[in-house]
Amino acid sequence: MGGRQRIVIAKPGLDGHDRGAKVVARALRDGGHEVIYTGLRRTPEQIVRTIMDEDARFVGLSSLSGAHSHLFPKICNLLRDSGLNDVVVFGGGIIPESDRPPLYEAGVKAIFGPGTPSTEILEFIEHASGLDCGVGSETTWRWGE
Amino acid sequence: MQVQQVDGDIIAITGPPGVGKSCIVDSILHRLTPQNRVSVIAVDPTSPLSGGALLGDRIRLSVLDDKEKSDSIYVRSIATRSSSGSIPSIVRSLAHHLLANNFDFVFIETVGAGQSEMRCAAVANKIVVVEGPARGDGIQAEKAGLLELADLIVVNKSDLEGADKVVNDLTISLGLTNDMPPIIKTSTITGNGLDDLADRVTNLEERKSSKRARIRQQLLMAHENIITSNPHFETILDRMSEEGLGLEDALRELSE
Repeated sequence: MGGRQRIVIAKPGLDGHDRGAKVVARALRDGGHEVIYTGLRRTPEQIVRTIMDEDARFVGLSSLSGAHSHLFPKICNLLRDSGLNDVVVFGGGIIPESDRPPLYEAGVKAIFGPGTPSTEILEFIEHASGLDCGVGSETTWRWGE
Repeated sequence: MQVQQVDGDIIAITGPPGVGKSCIVDSILHRLTPQNRVSVIAVDPTSPLSGGALLGDRIRLSVLDDKEKSDSIYVRSIATRSSSGSIPSIVRSLAHHLLANNFDFVFIETVGAGQSEMRCAAVANKIVVVEGPARGDGIQAEKAGLLELADLIVVNKSDLEGADKVVNDLTISLGLTNDMPPIIKTSTITGNGLDDLADRVTNLEERKSSKRARIRQQLLMAHENIITSNPHFETILDRMSEEGLGLEDALRELSE
């Protein structure tokens, strides 16, 4: 199913900047999606609770502070523990290439670094909407493979 | 899905953009005990161009950082989507579902209020109108419709100059009726008036004179639903704009 999705854009951890997250939120809005923005400095538990309450199909995690290797997998695990297996997780921010394989292994389906055109994120959302690629699925598919 | 009408408080928090509706909701939630199960339905506008929406009301709900309380609070962000009013009719079902699931209070935070904001009266059984200082001279004329339906009027940002004048203006304007809603002043910066606000909001009494107007809104909303849910609605719109189908003929076809 393509069409309008409900997407949570979240800022886990202690970053003080959310320009990137806001730009992505705006691009998704202009792409016709409903975007729920969490605001800064959310805990993984708060983010998962928001996804649950808002019945979102996607969550985009933004991290600039270097804590992604801890926070992203933790959120993926909490989602699975809460039975939110169909939620598709993607990430963005400053995430070095060498850190990415373990994040994909944890269940993140796409990572968008600086310079990514917003159209690419929209293409990802549209494509992933038609796949069974939630955080609890067995698929090894990921964006850009 | 049809939901049975359930007893309980569905409280709309409404008012112009930027007067502090989200902060007022947050302040009330901070003052309720964790034993109160509370839900917030936060409505934000859908873009008429893209059909998308940015739902950002959660950001101001600092009460969600309070671990003792956050478990008993449910927040759901809703976009207006294709509804003509600023409250989609789905909110009515959603609110009744929540009450049926043992929530004590359902707060509906509306989009910034214009004339169409009276639609909240079709959904909520209690209405709190939030106002602010320095809203201009045209205030009474502009807000007359909405203020008539208020069960409580909150003049927020009382720390700023002009709040007393707004209270005065409203008192004079509404004092001409014999069923005037209470008017209180609050400031979410200084905390002034917030305890009183939470106390009043949780013990709101429905005003008799607004009941009839509320039912009027319900009827109007239901009537609009009949028209917009007509399977020929879009076709008739096309025929009106392209083939010159007249308004009266269109209405006749829609009500057949």
